[in-house]
Amino acid sequence: MSSTINPLLEAKGITKYFGTITALENVNLKVHAGECLGVVGDNGAGKSTLMKVLSGLYKPSAGSLFFQGKEEILESPRDSQNLGLEMVYQDLALAGNLPIGENIFLGREPTKNLGFIKLLDFNKIKELTNAHLDKLKINVKSADQKVEELSGGQRQAVAIARSTAFNAKVVIMDEPTAALAIKEVGKVLDLINSLKKTGVGVIVISHRMDDIFTVCDRVMALFQGTNFAEANLSNTSRDEVIGWIMGKK
Amino acid sequence: MEDKDKKIESLHLKLMPYLEKYGILLLLVIMILVMHILQPDVFLSWRNVTNVFKQISWQSMLALGVFMVIVTAGIDLSVGSIMMLSLMILAVVAKAGAPWYIVVITPLIAGFLCGLFNGLGITLLRMPHPFIMTLGTLYIFRGTGNLISGGTPISGFTDEVRYLGHGRIDLQWLGLEKSQYLPVSLVLIAIVYIIFWIFLNHSKTGKWIYAIGGNPNAARASGINVNKILVIVYSLCGFLSGIGALILAGRTDSGYPNAGLQSELDAIAACIIGGASFFGGRGTVLGVFAGVMIMGILRNGLNLMDVSSFWQQVLIGSIIVLAVYIDVLRRDLGTRK
Repeated sequence: MSSTINPLLEAKGITKYFGTITALENVNLKVHAGECLGVVGDNGAGKSTLMKVLSGLYKPSAGSLFFQGKEEILESPRDSQNLGLEMVYQDLALAGNLPIGENIFLGREPTKNLGFIKLLDFNKIKELTNAHLDKLKINVKSADQKVEELSGGQRQAVAIARSTAFNAKVVIMDEPTAALAIKEVGKVLDLINSLKKTGVGVIVISHRMDDIFTVCDRVMALFQGTNFAEANLSNTSRDEVIGWIMGKK
Repeated sequence: MEDKDKKIESLHLKLMPYLEKYGILLLLVIMILVMHILQPDVFLSWRNVTNVFKQISWQSMLALGVFMVIVTAGIDLSVGSIMMLSLMILAVVAKAGAPWYIVVITPLIAGFLCGLFNGLGITLLRMPHPFIMTLGTLYIFRGTGNLISGGTPISGFTDEVRYLGHGRIDLQWLGLEKSQYLPVSLVLIAIVYIIFWIFLNHSKTGKWIYAIGGNPNAARASGINVNKILVIVYSLCGFLSGIGALILAGRTDSGYPNAGLQSELDAIAACIIGGASFFGGRGTVLGVFAGVMIMGILRNGLNLMDVSSFWQQVLIGSIIVLAVYIDVLRRDLGTRK
């Protein structure tokens, strides 16, 4: 259905070498608005490298990226953020010593002018943070709480809130439930579902079949740095996807 | 029983943020009270208090610079040598007969450039740790200072050059006596500390400095140019050491080879006593000020009581260990579940 319109994000022929090692070879990927794409693969299959290429952290050795049909060259994470392409890293990339609000706006803090100097607008940070957390139905005691005081699930929620605070169009999540207690997994998956409903394209990298089959619409498997298989969720099964991860069709 | 536990716990939760912020000030106040009880006539006299501030004036600049570096989880061992080199350059320029406004500006520029050299070295040469780069420049800068001065003291500066370290603000218009003046260096400390407090807590760059100390990967992923911020931090640290040189020039009226010897360790000690963490991202400007004051008051008080300087070394060392241990205990309490 959605394949008839232009994908939000499309990667064509992505190849990435690290010295003599080929991490990715001629990999293609696309994701549409409101769709969740699951990316699976064994350790070393190239999932994380692919995501880092998509987020502008790595420059591909070959291949191109198209965003809303237009070719884009990403020089840094800032470039991809400006396009509306956000990444939630596995290690969460949050500064534990800073409060929730300052983490969400890190690098893009709202400021107010005081004469000729620009000062951080803490009231605005707090206001925007509370509104955004409310929108995503994320419960925390206060936006002033330091991130290091939060549970794993709350941190993941903050990381997702951070990625969507600036009108993100595509959110890429690397193992979003890997470090979570079981009761927190459901909340994060709910969050992903509500993101989809707002028209965001979501890419989820995960080892957990439960995650993939709960939130994804389509799944693709990488094997040794190449596209191995791809299917709509309705046309495949857990066992088949697990087979793909191990390189069996 | 359970209720009581809960009450204690909520009391902890309420008290902790204040203790974390102002606990070190409490220690400072206690020290001042103890010193006052031990030396009731002298310690809080106008003369002695201004003396303490004059003594800590240049150390407070080095400590503030080192503090910023420590917030990024780095270290700067070269601040003492930067100050010495800046002082020597000032002395050479002054002796060459340059006008006072040039003389006053040279140590600031020299200090800034030394810091820039550190920052670029750490980032461009990809040093495994700032310790190594600044250990190297600790020797390089002091050696250079001795090379340009011939290793001998150079004395005699004009009053304008000495103003920041030596100047007095007369308070007779307030009805005070002539001996009750305000040292210019005290006003300078206040101004510099307030500016850097605003910079670190209310500017984007300041927030990013804390973020880098908290998690450099998070900063990088947020599009922050980590290397650029580090170069800025080390340059500012050098600049503050340059201000220290200018104050010291005023206080001693001389550029001398041993200036600032081992003062990098005093600066680090003041930061640690003041609650900064070597792991980065933690500590406040107020804490550093308290740390500098605690060391200054300790030295001053022990001098007043005629305690030998060897005992002072033992005591300062003990306070460093004790302050960090209190911090460890406080953290244990704070994370209690």
